[in-house]
Amino acid sequence: MAKNTQLSFVLNGEEVQLLCEPRHSLLEVLRDILGLTGSKEGCNNGNCGACNVILDGKVVNSCCVFGLEVQDREVTTIEGVATNGELHPLQQKFLEHAALQCGICTPGFIVAAKALLESNPRPTEADARLWLAGNLCRCTGYDKIIRAVLDAAAVTSGEVTPVEVTAGGRK
Amino acid sequence: MKEIEFEAPQTLTEAVALLRERGKDARVLAGGTDLIVQLREGKREPDVVVDVKGIPELYNFSYDATSGLLLGAAVPCSRVYNDPVVCERYPGLIDAASLIGSIQIQNRASFGGNLCNGSPAADGVPPLIVLSAVCRIAGPNGERELPAEEFITGPGKTVLEPQEILVSLRLPPPPERSGAQYLRFIPRNEMDIAVAGAASYLELDEDGKTIRAARVSLAAVAPTPLLVSEAAEALIGKPASEDLFEVAAEAARKAARPITDMRGTEWQRRHLAGVLVRRTLQGALARARGTE
Amino acid sequence: MSTMKSAPPSSKGKGEYRVIGTRPIRHDGVDKVTGRALYGADLQLTGLLHGRVLRSPHAHARIRSIDIQKALQLPGVKAVVTAADFPPAGDKVEDLGEGTVKLRDLCGNILAGEKALYRGHAVAGVAATSPHIAAQALGLISVDYEPLPPVLDVRKAMSPEAPLLHDDLFTDDLGEQASSPSNIAKHLRHEKGDVGEGFKKADKIFEREFETAMVHQGYIEPHNATAHWNADGNLTIWTSTQGAFTVRTQVATILQLPISRVKVIPMEIGGGFGGKIPVYLEPVAAVLSRKTGRPVKMLMDRTEVFEGTGPTPGSYVKIKMGALKSGRIVAAEAYLAYEAGAFAGSPFFCGMMCIVAPYDIENILIDGYDVVVNKPKTAAYRAPCATSAALASETLIDEIAEWAGQDPLSIRQLNGAKEGTRRADGLAYSRIGFLETLDAAQAHPHYKEPLKGPYRGRGVASGFWFNCGLRSSVTASVNPDGTVSMIEGSPDIGGTRTSIAMQLAEVLGIAAEDVRPQVGDTDSVGYTDVTGGSRVTFATGYAAIQAARDVEQNMKQRAATLWEVAPDQVQVSEGVYRNGKNSLTFKELAAKLNDCGGPVSGQATVNADECGVGGGFATHIVDLEVDPDTGKVTILRYTAVQDVGKAIHPSYVEGQIQGGATQGIGWALNEEYYYDEKGRMANSSFLDYRMPTALDLPMIDTVLVEVPAPGHPFGVRGVGEVPIVPPPAAIANAIYRAIGVRLHRLPMNPGRVLAAILGR
Repeated sequence: MAKNTQLSFVLNGEEVQLLCEPRHSLLEVLRDILGLTGSKEGCNNGNCGACNVILDGKVVNSCCVFGLEVQDREVTTIEGVATNGELHPLQQKFLEHAALQCGICTPGFIVAAKALLESNPRPTEADARLWLAGNLCRCTGYDKIIRAVLDAAAVTSGEVTPVEVTAGGRK
Repeated sequence: MKEIEFEAPQTLTEAVALLRERGKDARVLAGGTDLIVQLREGKREPDVVVDVKGIPELYNFSYDATSGLLLGAAVPCSRVYNDPVVCERYPGLIDAASLIGSIQIQNRASFGGNLCNGSPAADGVPPLIVLSAVCRIAGPNGERELPAEEFITGPGKTVLEPQEILVSLRLPPPPERSGAQYLRFIPRNEMDIAVAGAASYLELDEDGKTIRAARVSLAAVAPTPLLVSEAAEALIGKPASEDLFEVAAEAARKAARPITDMRGTEWQRRHLAGVLVRRTLQGALARARGTE
Repeated sequence: MSTMKSAPPSSKGKGEYRVIGTRPIRHDGVDKVTGRALYGADLQLTGLLHGRVLRSPHAHARIRSIDIQKALQLPGVKAVVTAADFPPAGDKVEDLGEGTVKLRDLCGNILAGEKALYRGHAVAGVAATSPHIAAQALGLISVDYEPLPPVLDVRKAMSPEAPLLHDDLFTDDLGEQASSPSNIAKHLRHEKGDVGEGFKKADKIFEREFETAMVHQGYIEPHNATAHWNADGNLTIWTSTQGAFTVRTQVATILQLPISRVKVIPMEIGGGFGGKIPVYLEPVAAVLSRKTGRPVKMLMDRTEVFEGTGPTPGSYVKIKMGALKSGRIVAAEAYLAYEAGAFAGSPFFCGMMCIVAPYDIENILIDGYDVVVNKPKTAAYRAPCATSAALASETLIDEIAEWAGQDPLSIRQLNGAKEGTRRADGLAYSRIGFLETLDAAQAHPHYKEPLKGPYRGRGVASGFWFNCGLRSSVTASVNPDGTVSMIEGSPDIGGTRTSIAMQLAEVLGIAAEDVRPQVGDTDSVGYTDVTGGSRVTFATGYAAIQAARDVEQNMKQRAATLWEVAPDQVQVSEGVYRNGKNSLTFKELAAKLNDCGGPVSGQATVNADECGVGGGFATHIVDLEVDPDTGKVTILRYTAVQDVGKAIHPSYVEGQIQGGATQGIGWALNEEYYYDEKGRMANSSFLDYRMPTALDLPMIDTVLVEVPAPGHPFGVRGVGEVPIVPPPAAIANAIYRAIGVRLHRLPMNPGRVLAAILGR
């Protein structure tokens, strides 16, 4: 019988306590033990970003973190992005720009983009593409995702003029 | 994944004691981006995982002009490239730190872990080699040091005994008129394992032209990362030029012993070794001259 | 069933529809951006067990025996199943919604019978109290394999000396059954005119051979299925699928259950592209549930997705064309061989239908072959088999253009198909928009701007997909507040519940936001074929239109009752019901329904095959740069022009084009199943199966050309599949202009491009 260990950490601003096995990844802890299924498993080896969460302020692949590694740490998941029922500008812009089709990669992108905007409030298109290269999308071709992220940045940074995107590609 | 035990020692002494007892069945965990995947795939099967991120010596990260850079083995890449001083002094290291994986990987993965994983294609290793990094290792018999180029001994294998732990890396302060660059070739623009990688380091004389010191290192073209002394020999004492760099590139091509696999063919890797050595020598030169 | 005498499409232009052509927020959007939407893996049920599948490590092997005893003894393991737990299959043939298959093959792919036919072939299933225990149990099942030589190349498989996968597979050769077994399952032919005469007329004949590797659809969500075999014999399945009804049919057939015993609930789905039409886990989960009496949830990991589901065929295509000096093509001949994988039935005939479909050519001969090899049984991938076919035809046309001194778009205009042009398979086009896409491409700033710089090249290519009709059902109920609850049967992979709701709203004269769309399960909505074949906006939209008309008729009746006049005295226009001075909006009338007869609902089931589905055409332009020292290709600029008939929700139409083009770019440059000589896929992870990331692409410009399709009231044409057809050919043509060498093999990865530059 696998040995269950007590784990407590701050999840989306609230303290949680649970028992998990040492071999459980943070992703499994979130999905299978805590029932927060917003973070998704796409590859289970750090190559698609569908499992992204923010750990102590840094976006990470929760499939590559053991649950026990977040003892006493702070974790933010997609479930914690909207506040008091109000959508984050990223979520709103994803909807407006139709930046999702099947939606399975969307939680990962929103969490990663949130971390981007916290690190760089006015990213260029190139900044956004570089930051988000670890998040795979198979449906959209990324065009509308990047537009949504840049548009959200305009909102969260309080500026009115949105950043220019290369209409028609790189020079 | 098989069942494991999880330990998180808070001091180096604790960690050494733990490894003395369980080392043969243990694996050290820093960023986890390699180890957790290997555990899941059954490529490594330790009974106990030792999380060392709580040990202060493995998290040290400081620079001073006399002793250079102290880089704890568990310091994540993103901490390295977010430090403006390190960015200015060791751009060759930053090249690798910002190339490994993705943002998500960089927030966890460390140079120390990259070394200990022992992959011939490790992006972090060639810069450490050309920047003359020295590894500090702790074990039941005390501590030892050795240069980074001696650390990896075969694919997935290192000099570490099962009871030993890599504590930190020290990089000497960069001399004036020196520069280094790391470049790798991958089919996409991020996320891939290097098909070939190269790091070059140049130190110039006061004339800003003659090469006083040089180090060239290759990744992914042999069972271990290589320090290509023949390339360095071709460079030292001579004035920097395109033709000279081509000579060094040829030496690199000759030193490479690549294989054909799903990431590239043998001839392609050999060709790329030459291209990347030439390009990183140009990059190192520009940085040495301050003209980058 | 509604009749399909459709009114001609409305000739309304831009701005003349209230809802069609606008961009409302999708109804399921908030759930998807907050992580609340429930995909198959998110399902939680009381008493749930977890299942995993044991898979063959060998590409080809006889299975002598399977010993499950040690696995059963592992604490936490509740059941183990093999093919012996399925009823025997016999000789039945089943229709999956996009083609037919032998039941024995269908069962045999779910759990292997006598032979393992590919590495990854499912051999046994385990249910346990945790996924980790189930995975550990797999290691305790011992299978006695007798390895056999694998056959891994489509042409080698066709040779008489090749090892045979099935000793009971006899080639269906143009309708005649061969007398000895073979790996060639089927040979079909399309013929038009006389190619012999045609080639005699040609001023020059061009001939080329092409090879493409097997690729995967690459959806980010792995397969999942949960089954509960209840004590009353009813089986419920929750799954991420492109078609709940096809899952029901497949599972009922495999388990030889009456359809009435099986209910399938489609969960939200994280991508499909054709790969989530066949079942894989569902029947295994079902028999595990039957054995344990508990619901069983099964998930695949990414390696299993690559090795144990349905990638799309690799191919060998040989194409020959004869042209006049003017650039006019007078004859075309093609030989296409596609990998079926372990069992017969690849979508090879689709490649045959599409290969020169954009062109008006007098003499055509097309031979196509479906060939089994020791790889996973192939499935559809977005315009299946058309991309490999277009690689051949669209690069050969580029060569002809160069020889004839013609601009690549002009030569396509010269030869382009239009209304009335007959394809080699016999179909004559109704009103189509291919020439319009060429005109739009030629007028586009991308094409007009010269591309400067060394090692840079511009390429164009066109493509076609026929689009499907098939059957769909919609039910609509009017709520007292004037909203309409709508249930439709098409799993929503890309926003279609909204585009269907928009069509309903347009007819009823209400806002898109006033429709509450839901994807129903097999018990709650009428029969609906798969979400695939670019059919949903067309066919399910059509059903929504008909259901709305049904509602409208009933609403007219109610108004008539209210106003005490005959129903034919009530007029309705734009959602306003009138009789003389009496007038009520839809909302106002909805509030009064209980006063004049009671609640109103409407329903429709349509067979859209009867209304003339319009095919789709696209023309793509790509600019790229090649690094001559490394062979790396960087896409600089990409423009995709497509005839979309009528864009119901333009954002999602643009999204289909951008997504399909991106998949095509990945297919062109880096994606492939890399096999070793033992038939093991070496790169079965997202690390080494290299799909494009955001950093690998620029913005993708889309141009929506709208030539309304005659068969749909709003002129809708399917849009989802065409975009993946042109990219590899466009990129091949661009690489040629960048480095002066034509590549004929996919992927055109850096190693191959470098070899071409160095003349290796």
